[in-house]
Amino acid sequence: MISTWNIPASDGGLPGEELLVSFDRGRQSRLLICPGWFDEANKLRRFTLEVMRRLDRVGIDTLLPDLPGCNESTAPLENQTLEGWRAGMVSAADLLGATHVLAIRAGALVVPSALPGWHYAAQSGPKLLRGMIRARIIASREAGIAETSKELIARGKDAGLVLAGWPIGPALFRAMETAEPALAPGQSDIAQSALGGTGLWLRAEPDEDAGQADHLAALVAKKIAETAQ
Amino acid sequence: MTTLPNIDSAAGEAALDRELKGLIADVLGLDLAQAESFGPDTGLFGHLPELDSMAVAGLLTEMEDRLGIVIEDDDVDGEMLETYGGLLAFARAKLDPR
Repeated sequence: MISTWNIPASDGGLPGEELLVSFDRGRQSRLLICPGWFDEANKLRRFTLEVMRRLDRVGIDTLLPDLPGCNESTAPLENQTLEGWRAGMVSAADLLGATHVLAIRAGALVVPSALPGWHYAAQSGPKLLRGMIRARIIASREAGIAETSKELIARGKDAGLVLAGWPIGPALFRAMETAEPALAPGQSDIAQSALGGTGLWLRAEPDEDAGQADHLAALVAKKIAETAQ
Repeated sequence: MTTLPNIDSAAGEAALDRELKGLIADVLGLDLAQAESFGPDTGLFGHLPELDSMAVAGLLTEMEDRLGIVIEDDDVDGEMLETYGGLLAFARAKLDPR
């Protein structure tokens, strides 16, 4: 269930090795998961795995690859770019033989367009950035340092910025400013309202909700069954 | 976004109170019944260890979405975040800037 995958280097060098969490029994339907980002990734990690466990029980393989700079990756986060992450997910889809994709929150910004699938509660780059900048301003104010979003944005675009503990490089920062989730042919949205309850990314601390995991897994399983007909 | 009735009315005030308590319950993972016990002096940021800057930022962003307001950097100060009463007064003033 826990293994690694090799992400090709963009410069033709040696491939990188990243973590892969999967329920891989070589079945026909193989769902690639593009997880949420940063703080939302942590808040939604257990929920994501709970959805994967439920899909495993109904005969669907799930594949959750880490992107470079995330989780256990040895690649520095500040060197990562949106294009690099997008290419990474395309490579993962190819290497792992994914047949469908489920993007969670900002994962929708890097979803491979060639796969049919779903964007769960897709989050835009500007909204994610705004929340993280706001968190930094609040924390700084508590520490007696006055910062404005205007000056932070200027600094982020120029030299990158540490937001809520995540060092975001200038290229990723600039890309996030305009990145919007886009549905490719065969992809559709799943709104939070379809799951009942409010999004677990909102919680102050990581939490779980069996009912919401049931709903999302059931929706995805039903839609996969429909596409197979 | 939830449409709130005119907040000049008592019904509007109650609706805003309920909406805000529901939101804090969502952030803290509480039942709405537990959030119902919040009073004006209930401590928030700086009083609840789990309510860190990231959680507060999420709370403010969700307030913008649910109440249809825009919160500027300058709006955010210790007073509005410290107690439930401060946050409620802030939301009320944003919805009715007269």
